[in-house]
Amino acid sequence: MTPGRLFGRSLSLALLLIGALAILLPFIWMVSLAFKPQDEIFTATIQLLPSRIEWSNFTKALTETDVPRYLLNGVIVVVGILAFQILFAVPCAFALAHRRFAGRTLIFGLVLAALLVPFHVTAIPIFLGFAQIGILNTYWALILPFVPTAFGIFLFRQFLAQVPSELFDAARVDGLSETAIVWRIAFPLAMPAATAFAIFSITAHWNDLFWPLIATTDSDLATPPRGILFFRDEESGDDVGPLMAAAALITAPLVIAFLLAQRKFTRGLAAGGLKG
Amino acid sequence: MRRLPLAARDALTNTWLVGPATLAMLMFIFLPVLIVAVLSFTDYQFGARSFGWIGLENYEKLFGSALGRRAITNTLLYVAIVIPAAVGLGLLVALGLHRMMDWAPQLSNVLRSVYFLPVAATLVAMSVAWQMVLHPSLGVVNQTLVGLGGEPRNWLSDRSIVLYTLAVIGIWQTVGYNMVLFLAGLVAIPPELYDAAEVDGAGGNWSRFWTVTWPMLGPTTLFVLVITATNAFRVFETVATLTQGGPAFASDTLVYALYREGFVYFKAGYASAITMVFFAVLLTLTLMQFRIVERRVHYR
Amino acid sequence: MTSQAVLELRDVTRRFGASTVLDAVNVTVRDGSFTALLGASGCGKSTTLRIMAGLDRPTEGEVLLSGENVADKTAYERNIAMVFQSYALYPHLTVFQNIALPLTMRHLNAFSRVPGLGRLAPGSATARELITKKVTETADILSLADLLHRKPNSLSGGQKQRVALGRALVRDPVMFLLDEPLSNLDARLRVKMRSELVSLHKRTDRPFVYVTHDQVEAMAMADQIIVMIKGKVAQAGSPRDLYDRPADKEVAAFIGTNSINFFEPDDGLGQMNGYPVNALIGIRPEHLAPAAGGHFGARLETAEFLGSETVLGLRTERGKEILAIAPGDYPVPAPGSEVRLGVSPERLHLFDRQSGKRLNAEHAR
Repeated sequence: MTPGRLFGRSLSLALLLIGALAILLPFIWMVSLAFKPQDEIFTATIQLLPSRIEWSNFTKALTETDVPRYLLNGVIVVVGILAFQILFAVPCAFALAHRRFAGRTLIFGLVLAALLVPFHVTAIPIFLGFAQIGILNTYWALILPFVPTAFGIFLFRQFLAQVPSELFDAARVDGLSETAIVWRIAFPLAMPAATAFAIFSITAHWNDLFWPLIATTDSDLATPPRGILFFRDEESGDDVGPLMAAAALITAPLVIAFLLAQRKFTRGLAAGGLKG
Repeated sequence: MRRLPLAARDALTNTWLVGPATLAMLMFIFLPVLIVAVLSFTDYQFGARSFGWIGLENYEKLFGSALGRRAITNTLLYVAIVIPAAVGLGLLVALGLHRMMDWAPQLSNVLRSVYFLPVAATLVAMSVAWQMVLHPSLGVVNQTLVGLGGEPRNWLSDRSIVLYTLAVIGIWQTVGYNMVLFLAGLVAIPPELYDAAEVDGAGGNWSRFWTVTWPMLGPTTLFVLVITATNAFRVFETVATLTQGGPAFASDTLVYALYREGFVYFKAGYASAITMVFFAVLLTLTLMQFRIVERRVHYR
Repeated sequence: MTSQAVLELRDVTRRFGASTVLDAVNVTVRDGSFTALLGASGCGKSTTLRIMAGLDRPTEGEVLLSGENVADKTAYERNIAMVFQSYALYPHLTVFQNIALPLTMRHLNAFSRVPGLGRLAPGSATARELITKKVTETADILSLADLLHRKPNSLSGGQKQRVALGRALVRDPVMFLLDEPLSNLDARLRVKMRSELVSLHKRTDRPFVYVTHDQVEAMAMADQIIVMIKGKVAQAGSPRDLYDRPADKEVAAFIGTNSINFFEPDDGLGQMNGYPVNALIGIRPEHLAPAAGGHFGARLETAEFLGSETVLGLRTERGKEILAIAPGDYPVPAPGSEVRLGVSPERLHLFDRQSGKRLNAEHAR
């Protein structure tokens, strides 16, 4: 190896490691504070890592606060949204890809147009409507606005359009109704698309703050991001250890899932880039 | 029971498959867009029994008042910082990791995961962590600064730097995403092109980049630019968590102003006007993005 | 062929927008028959099959199944089985599940089909037993017993073909439709599957309708061939009919391994046999053999020795290229030499020069 190349590699390695450290800094600090005993947190000297592992912050976050409740709410909302999204999107995507009917082009046009509308734009009227029918501060308020997913319909349609139509004809000859074809044939075949979509949807809604902040004021319904703000604002700054433990607990599910299935995660979230 | 004729059964099937999703889209996307557009010309307040038509007054207020302009200029400044930094750093990291694949593939993969971590992590929780990192006395940043003999700063409550602090967090969150997109672009470059460049005398790192990599990454770069802009314009979580637009509206942004005016002060009409301006910007960006995606597909 | 008509298409026309894919097609499929729909790609044969199956509907005309108009019946209600060109096996199901699916849909209600939970439904256990029994039987017939737990992607082309057949067989349908089922197999397997299909046809004793573009396949298996050209039935009949008495010059050109020679009146055959023929003459290469006292001469250009026969490429003195077939022991002369060729009069096909329709010899005179 030439000295020039060796130097080049060392330099780029050093820069990449410094960058990675900067990226990791808040993670390290969060985990470190979560494991630090109270007195070590409140010292003004630099101490990146705790001198001993202190589990009491986690115990406190899990037993004396509403964090478990927030996590449960997060699961309910995220699973509810995903289930309804798939229930609505897959039949529509199948029909758009494999059936000929009047209005098909129009509906596909609607899907593309809907892709252009960011959720923030619809927030005020949906809030008004929900206030009108009195379902603010319910799980429904957190789930319903995300049921129509133009992105999901688009993704499934593009995927199903690649499946040869003979397969669905065969199912018709075998006696499957169109509904049965959607759920017994098309959906299992579209699993790769479903995985990508699920990762995208779960990440987006687990992490969302905007709508939960608007649609709920009841802390019993708070999703994890909303919940951690409740927690922080209540504790007014002297319970840093448990707060960081809570932040770590809320971040952990997705980060662990990402580390376990990196390829799928990257693909799912990169596909989400298509969404407006 | 008499059986329906086939055409009718087919029509029923289509309605059953497509109807629910279409209805939901009309109800939760298209109707709200219409309503928000109408509301933006009224002085409607949440809970009020009536409203009056006030024409463009809401828009005049947004573009005319110091506060409205503040939100717009802050957003533009934020976007102007995040775009070049997040795209540039994303490209650099991608190039570095791509080359590292040749001599340390495992380390390259580990670093890739590290850089992507903020994309998967819950931004609000991480913002709370950032708050501690940037804490005036207990934060690691100020402790390091003091340790090195510098002056500690109030990163999140100093009017002159708070927006830059938020921009840095925005960059921290976006670099990994852009890196992944660039890496995908880099992998797609046929290696023969580098061989050809070498034969043509463009063998050095620098000329390899300018003769092959950069031109081949053109469409990817455009795509990344637009997508970064789209995400930067939506900045909300960090503002809501860390500054709530403060101090003294120094970090107020469009989406946060929309939230504050609409859902804290309940000024639905004014908030609708902010929404429409935000929508117009994002619509332009998303349409550009669609065009680029289309072009990218044609390239292949 | 006096057996009953199982399926009839009466003046079936199918249009897609402005283009007419099928134009007043009439087809009768009789009980126990093996019908081949033969034609070049794009001639409408696959659309015809889809209309028979109920996957597509005629724009005009009627589809009769055992005499009953089935315009309103779905593919499944007609109880017609279909084997697709790409096999159309469900990639996420095992071979067993693929074959069992039609039975599952028939014998188990919606609740019983729910995975796991459905086992609790009353009566589902007996139904499941019945399904297992039928699938196993079918698998035995097609020697698939060892593959039942595999997924289609791990099977060879021939095995996939058998699974597709199994899925059709297991239902005991009123007839079988096969859409170019052998076109994705290699040549050796194709010949083997051909005879298996014929014996399967004998065993089931149900009518088969077989779509193909390969006239050899059609000739080898079918007892009725329907030649389709540009959305119309050009001719329907037994393989021998089609070979001996093609209804027009296009059918004549389509049927036969070696493509038929056509002679215009001024190609130099006009005075042959004393016929003052003003018609297009078709002579199959296998009926045109070197003979010492032959009717006309041509110059030899190429000779392909195939063992049992030799294919000769010749050119007449007016420049017309022709093919002739000589027996394998024919001593091939040097290229460029003159060869006399003979044909017996009953092997001549005469066609109208304008319409291309077959002419009887008396007409042409």
